[in-house]
Amino acid sequence: MSEQQLYFEDVHEGQEVPSLTVHCDSQRLVMWAAASGDFYQIHYDKDFAIGNQLPERIVHGALKHALLGRMLHEWIAPGGRIRRLTCQYRGMDLVNKNVVCKGVVTRKYQEDGRNLVELDVWTESEDGQKTTPGTAVVVLPSRGR
Amino acid sequence: MTQPSLITDEMRSYIGRESEPVTVEVDKTACRMFARAVGYTDPVFYDEEEARRRGYRSIPAPPGFLGHPVYNPARPQRADYLPPFQTGLRRVLNGGTDIEYFDDICAGDVLTMTRKLVDIQEREGRLGKMLIMVNEMTYRRGDQVVAKVRGTLIQY
Repeated sequence: MSEQQLYFEDVHEGQEVPSLTVHCDSQRLVMWAAASGDFYQIHYDKDFAIGNQLPERIVHGALKHALLGRMLHEWIAPGGRIRRLTCQYRGMDLVNKNVVCKGVVTRKYQEDGRNLVELDVWTESEDGQKTTPGTAVVVLPSRGR
Repeated sequence: MTQPSLITDEMRSYIGRESEPVTVEVDKTACRMFARAVGYTDPVFYDEEEARRRGYRSIPAPPGFLGHPVYNPARPQRADYLPPFQTGLRRVLNGGTDIEYFDDICAGDVLTMTRKLVDIQEREGRLGKMLIMVNEMTYRRGDQVVAKVRGTLIQY
């Protein structure tokens, strides 16, 4: 979490969001299952996953969405807010690997008196594959008020 | 020769039809548990005083958390992400998540969620025949829409 507030004026197109790397071991997937209420066995039962034509237990898509949300929160807290976060689960991430969350600013603009920033966000697997491409919109405070 | 479609008239009849509302509670402990699972260290998700100091009504729901439906053992035990009809396909993958927020959602909020199927497509993929369904969930606190979620579900 950043010590200092990020303001609208500090942001420019092309700017990168500090990346977030999270090791998705079986403990994290079980914690996620309990927290989200998604108990589908492909995420924690290896035999079940393999029986479903998967190579291994896979990281929940919604966990990757939430990790992208955490990356954004840590960039914009305490004064910023996420307005929209969307992503597609194109590639599978297997258990016991790192998921790397990244983002880059694509546009900044004001609308209805609010300071909005649009971003491309995505997760990468350890070998650099983009497995979860998406976009986000955040609201940032201004230094002016 | 054309293959028979996986999509039946019954399935199509659900497109655009809004479900009965489901009560969803945003519980304080559940917010903390969700934050822990995602690895947050920001005290705003754990310490109610800190959350209030920062202008939230209570601990905010971490991004991606929209509460849990109240468990009812009398209801059929069917995962709530599944469609309300049989598809003949038993395997499921999550295809994508799109969440739009219109207000802060905090611990103590009791929301109502309605869902509707907005799109259904079929495709032949590397996992065989697939149905791709997009569901839209609307979360309200009282009359106010606080979040909209579009979820893509793949059955194969």
